[in-house]
Amino acid sequence: MTEQLRLLLPPEGDDWSPIENYKQNQGYEAAAKALQSMKPEDIVEEVKASGLRGRGGAGFSTGMKWSFLPKDGRRPRYIACNADESEPGTFKDRQILERNPHKLIEGLLIAAWANTIDAAYVYMRGEYRGAFENLVAAVDEARAAGYLGKNVLGSGLDFDVYVHRGAGAYICGEETGLMESLEGRKGQPRKRPPFPAISGLWKQPTVINNVESMSHVPHIVLKGSEWFKTIGKEKSTGTTIFGVSGQVMNPGAFELPLGLPLREIIFEHAGGLLPGRSLKAVIPGGVSMPVLTAEMAMEVDMDHDTLQKAGTLLGTGAIIVMDDSACLVRAATVIARFFRHESCGQCTQCREGTGWLHKLMKSVEAGTATMQDLDTIDEVTSFMEGHTICALSDAAAWGTGWFLRRFRSEFEAHIEHGGCPLEGASFEI
Amino acid sequence: MTAEPAVVAPVLPAALRERIVAEFPKYPEKRAVLLSALHFVQDTFEGWIPQAVVPEVAALLGLKPIDVWEVIHFYAMFNSEPVGRCHLRVCTNLSCCLRGARGIMRRLEETLAVRPGEVTPDGNFSVGEVECLGSCGTAPVIQVNNERYREGLSEDDLPGLLDELRTRLAEQDAAKDEE
Ligand SMILES: Cc1cc2nc3c(=O)[nH]c(=O)nc-3n(C[C@H](O)[C@H](O)[C@H](O)COP(=O)(O)O)c2cc1C
Ligand code: SF4
Ligand code: FES
Repeated sequence: MTEQLRLLLPPEGDDWSPIENYKQNQGYEAAAKALQSMKPEDIVEEVKASGLRGRGGAGFSTGMKWSFLPKDGRRPRYIACNADESEPGTFKDRQILERNPHKLIEGLLIAAWANTIDAAYVYMRGEYRGAFENLVAAVDEARAAGYLGKNVLGSGLDFDVYVHRGAGAYICGEETGLMESLEGRKGQPRKRPPFPAISGLWKQPTVINNVESMSHVPHIVLKGSEWFKTIGKEKSTGTTIFGVSGQVMNPGAFELPLGLPLREIIFEHAGGLLPGRSLKAVIPGGVSMPVLTAEMAMEVDMDHDTLQKAGTLLGTGAIIVMDDSACLVRAATVIARFFRHESCGQCTQCREGTGWLHKLMKSVEAGTATMQDLDTIDEVTSFMEGHTICALSDAAAWGTGWFLRRFRSEFEAHIEHGGCPLEGASFEI
Repeated sequence: MTAEPAVVAPVLPAALRERIVAEFPKYPEKRAVLLSALHFVQDTFEGWIPQAVVPEVAALLGLKPIDVWEVIHFYAMFNSEPVGRCHLRVCTNLSCCLRGARGIMRRLEETLAVRPGEVTPDGNFSVGEVECLGSCGTAPVIQVNNERYREGLSEDDLPGLLDELRTRLAEQDAAKDEE
């Protein structure tokens, strides 16, 4: 079994939220190196060279994103750090926020130096109480220790971090919805262009990155991009925190190199299936990503390229496991409900599509739908893809539509049987 | 005849106003404090946002009441109706349902004899379903008010949880009586 490689998280059971603990484990050494001996543009190049890709779901090159900031000296410039973590199945950023919050602060500080940033706002989902308290306490410690505030480490950089609470809306994880929300409005995504790098928070240049993406920056700076690239795969470098949930013996968060076989993560790290069960379906990256059949799941590796070739995406690396006792029509119905609830309603396609999809799914689940309704679901999901302000509409279409496409016989059985035909179905919705 | 300006008695306690104002220096615009302000209001008013405070919150942030209302209605954590002193929110998204969340929800509704949207007659409890709380690896999960999560629950844990909450409420009542 591949050992857990701990770049982001302390060893099992350890808590590095007190600054002494973090500093005993090379904490803030990367910040000192960066601010005292590296030029900002060299850090951007190093992060680009490391191959680090965003861990918030879209997998865009972090260094590349930083290089889009304007070079015209316009100030202030901001970081918006995405700690909204609301993609169902996902609980990885929370591990960092609760047990290693200084890692994130150090990443933000280095990013601030590299990109000439005045302040970072960490937008954290409002429900995260423990993570909020730990991060706020860590920010105060970092400020007291001189890692935040005026003239940090004698570099001339004035920089501070503010933790901002959301209030329960999935769409505020979408980068421009997040900015609207942070500014004190409904979290309705903005049309692009302009992109956040040019016009983000309060119309100023803004870097937006996920918690985990930012937390990778310190070890890349300390040990170099060449070292980082030795972990993972060519186009999916480094570790990530896979979250395994659902019907496995040992659900949890496992920090592992990208590109590991999904089979190994489920059967070794997460302890395999419950006694006497066999695998039926796996969602590899949070409910927005297309579901895999057991056969497909047994063959894929957890990196961007392999998953894309297999007809799904890495998303947030949130692995949801369903065994042969799970009714997949129910699973798809929960997902359809979620997206209907979370659509912000700006685009007709998404607002009407998510509502219609949930209604159709409920009737399939109840056994009152017709075979023709299945074709309608297929059509509705196709028409929801593309052409909307944000990607929630696509996510809803993929998250639900691929259950139908890959498990159509289960949907048909519901219709023929007038309800769930599975005896002793293991879960209710 | 000149109209007398309406004198509105302030409903925001001074400590709450101060807590909101203390957030201003963090942002270039006051409006950015709105979500924090509404969280603070809920902390102060037993978990919900009474209509009467809205104009004052709006004025404090230089907004119109409608700007505040639409935000209250957009976000799932803001309650514009009273909730129980202990408001229990159960995640019923996929990973939690796969580990028995529906059974937990049903047991809570039966034991407390409330449905989502209702409050027990003594005002102590209410229940609601929420989307994924980011605790999928330790499912199922309940969040009481805005406290740290109760994770890895089973139906058998519910009597103990409710006892704990009832004891706490009784202690709060006793403390109030002493005042
Ligand atoms: C509907 C929707 C919800 C999203 N939710 C999150 C989220 O909770 N956390 C996150 O980091 N990114 C989320 N994203 C992705 C962000 O828009 C953005 O790509 C990301 O924060 C960029 O950071 P990264 O490049 O470091 O991944 C979401 C995107 C969409 C379309
Ligand atoms: S796609 Fe959906 S969630 Fe995104 S902006 Fe349009 S309506 Fe809102
Ligand atoms: S599905 Fe319940 S916490 Fe994520």
